[in-house]
Amino acid sequence: MNPQQIARTTILNAVRKALPTQKIDLPAVPVEQKHLGATGGFGYRGNLSSLEKIEGAPQPGESLTPYFERQLARMGGRSLTINTAAEIPDKVRELFPAARRICSVIPEMSDAKPLSQATSSRSLADVDVAVVRSHLGVAEAGAVWLTDLDLIVPALGVLTQHLVVLLDPKDIVPTLHEAYGGIIPFDKYPYGVFMAGPSATGDIEGVIIHGAQGARTLTVFLLAT
Amino acid sequence: MNLFNVLTDRPVDPESAAAKFIADTKHEETHDRLVWGMRMHRDEAARQIPGWEELRELASQIKEHTLTHLDQYLEQFEQNAIAHGVHVHWALDAAEHNDIVLSIFQKHNVKRVIKSKSMLQEECGMAAALETQGIEVRESDLGERIQQLAHERPSHIVVPAIHQLRTDVAALFAKNLATDEQNSDPHYLTEAMRNDARPALLHADAGMTGANFAIAETGGIVICTNEGNADIGVTVPDLQVCSIGIEKLVPRSADLGVMLRLLSRSALGTPMTQYTTHLHRPRPGTRIHFILVDNKRSDRLASPDFWHALKCIRCGACMNTCPVYRRSGGLSYQATYSGPIGVILDPGFDHTKYRELPYHSTLCGSCSEVCPVRIDIADQIYKWRRVIADEGLLPLAKRAGMAVMGETLSHTEAFHGAEAVAIKAIEQLPGVVFNNPLNPWTKHRDMPNPPKQTFHQWYQKNRGSE
Amino acid sequence: MATVAEILVETLALSGLANEGGDVKIALFVPCYVDAFFPEVAIATLQLLERLGHEVVVPPQQTCCGQPMANSGDQAASAATEAHFVDTFKSYDLIVGPSGSCVHHVRLHLDACEQTPEAAHVRKSIRELIEFLHEDIKSLPPIDFKHKVGLHNGCTALRGLGHARPSERVHEPDFSKARDLLTHVGGLEIIQSDRVDECCGFGGSFCVTDEAVSSKMGQDRVADFERNGAEYIASADNSCLMHMKGIIDREKRPLKIVHIAQILNGGPFA
Repeated sequence: MNPQQIARTTILNAVRKALPTQKIDLPAVPVEQKHLGATGGFGYRGNLSSLEKIEGAPQPGESLTPYFERQLARMGGRSLTINTAAEIPDKVRELFPAARRICSVIPEMSDAKPLSQATSSRSLADVDVAVVRSHLGVAEAGAVWLTDLDLIVPALGVLTQHLVVLLDPKDIVPTLHEAYGGIIPFDKYPYGVFMAGPSATGDIEGVIIHGAQGARTLTVFLLAT
Repeated sequence: MNLFNVLTDRPVDPESAAAKFIADTKHEETHDRLVWGMRMHRDEAARQIPGWEELRELASQIKEHTLTHLDQYLEQFEQNAIAHGVHVHWALDAAEHNDIVLSIFQKHNVKRVIKSKSMLQEECGMAAALETQGIEVRESDLGERIQQLAHERPSHIVVPAIHQLRTDVAALFAKNLATDEQNSDPHYLTEAMRNDARPALLHADAGMTGANFAIAETGGIVICTNEGNADIGVTVPDLQVCSIGIEKLVPRSADLGVMLRLLSRSALGTPMTQYTTHLHRPRPGTRIHFILVDNKRSDRLASPDFWHALKCIRCGACMNTCPVYRRSGGLSYQATYSGPIGVILDPGFDHTKYRELPYHSTLCGSCSEVCPVRIDIADQIYKWRRVIADEGLLPLAKRAGMAVMGETLSHTEAFHGAEAVAIKAIEQLPGVVFNNPLNPWTKHRDMPNPPKQTFHQWYQKNRGSE
Repeated sequence: MATVAEILVETLALSGLANEGGDVKIALFVPCYVDAFFPEVAIATLQLLERLGHEVVVPPQQTCCGQPMANSGDQAASAATEAHFVDTFKSYDLIVGPSGSCVHHVRLHLDACEQTPEAAHVRKSIRELIEFLHEDIKSLPPIDFKHKVGLHNGCTALRGLGHARPSERVHEPDFSKARDLLTHVGGLEIIQSDRVDECCGFGGSFCVTDEAVSSKMGQDRVADFERNGAEYIASADNSCLMHMKGIIDREKRPLKIVHIAQILNGGPFA
């Protein structure tokens, strides 16, 4: 055996020998989630994931969008409702008039320099604004889910100075339980991230500052399809 | 370069270090206020979740289940990670961990590394070990970078530089980043760090992270940050090395719904960390190495009294609520882990060196109440005291004192005699003798007034029949 | 070791005893430091229990519960004192003591001595004064205490004996047994502190081994009550009060300390 195999065997043996005698059962996470299909978002049940008892949160049947927007704002992000895809390019330029390099990876906004998987991460260092699409939002955290498929080059999401994320309100789920309850094939994506607002730090005397290392701002464009 | 990684066998002295921190009023008061603020944010966040206690119980059960079946989940995790093209290593201890990291870096000719926060790498003294081999390790988290520049270890699991004032950071950055020493605006300082870090982040040869969770079912890891610094580390360089304590396993991705709802709410009071990053496979042309590290975790698992401490998800809630931690500052613990969780983790590494830590607590119990995975931290502190005493590691003065007290208090006459001596002493000796600095009680407090008579004397006189 | 929940269930099973008036003889447990330094607290407790119609005996051989040694981890040094405690109180059906931390020690931690049936009996028969009085709150004699009082729950009474809702349990309904008792006192105004159940920093031998932290915690706790307008700090734990009084006296602050038994009995105050 090489030293690595020795370590593996030693650790696993030590763990087996150390296992507490009392075995604890794996509890079910009491959330049922089912995708309701094209007509209307994600259904949810179960006490834990219910939002109805949370102050200001939507009641069953109500739209999750306002709550998502409030939570996003709490995390330092902002949201805008967009009526048609055609508005996106102008809206981006209106929000970021000083931007020199805008990098869009969504078909709704064409880009002069389209990214490919072969694009080097370091070549994105000068991106001022990135425009991407998320296929999943989480209301309770104001979070959006992004993977390498959405970002084309994963570094785009953190190297850009400002991030714009397009999201269909019907893709918003109430809580993290639904998000982790089987709708994402996590292991299919080399990289995936929930972003809840922009980069933030409170490391100096607890003063909250956005844009510590990653994007300085995060704007969600809500566009119903 | 990390002075505190120069290990000595001298027992730590948290009491003296805390006294120094308290003597510096401005630091102590700011620290207490900020850290208590995080506890208040936690209360508010918990209040927002109707099933909060249910969630804590679930999280506890998930962790206990995992730990009682840890061998299976480790093997399942390894198998899935390998299937995804990740290189999986096993390290018995800190030295093995550091050797593995070094050999990976030497193989790929790595000279510059960016790392996000990892308590495990801290525990292994990794940065210092790599630097002696000519590898530059740069912390990418702002707080960690402040601590790196200050040559101090992190003082808090979540906010590593919380004990520093903005003026301290301004002075530190003026020296290291050529910022304006007079400008201590946190916005200015954070921006200075962002601009200083960017080139280093872009040109690093490798990225390093820890892992908040490792998912057996998917073979991937989850890293939580607020700055997005770990995301830069895992998306920019072509080589990633992730250090994973074997206790970080959870069985299913569904378990993360429970854990992540608790983690940041317990830590800072936000619904989630700004970035919750999932790493499962290398992208084409890149490599990922996972290092599974034991470093005495299996020893702890074997301890019926202490294995529950392995449930810890490193949220720092116990520190935020701890009245002793808030007054002492995290550095006073002189150990990798500070606060209540440090008090029960550190002696597991070296109970001789860290024998004073279980006494750096009033056993108030608040830590147990806020712990999101329901570790009864206060009970473990109490039990560590027994271990320390059983091993004869109580300081000599304390040990002798306890024996005398035990002897006195187990005999009625001896007890009454001792009472009389104490009361007479307070009565007759001038105040200067008792209210002097050699008596720790009287440094900041007066002695109790001597009573005219003890209760049992009163009882005998007034009720007769004693 | 029994869990807190198990102990509390056993305690509840015992709670009928308070209502039986003079039928059950109460053994008064006077903690060692109360006997030596705060006899007025023991006198107040004794008189109060008698006014409520209980027959109270004071076992003369009592000393200490063993907590100081046990909290240092020194089981060997604690064992004889604990055994002496069991021997002193084993023949009584109900033991009442005016000290949260001592009662907590006996109920949850008295395991250095041999766990005989007598030890088990003593451990489940001991009641802290506040929880005992709370069970029969309506029979408290009318009394006045026309002062603004800040209530300090000792940590072990709070989280170990369940005297009140700990502030961390944000979803549980708020309650406080001591506050309920004080609400029955005429003219008494309860003052809130900003950090409602922050530890005062006494912590047993911690108060001398970790002097700087202990004193700072005490100073902060006292300042919190003073800032909020309290004239008195009241508690069921005189050890916390002794520590805070040391700070009050040293800093010549206007606050005073008082044990809840003294308020409810109308003294003696010194």
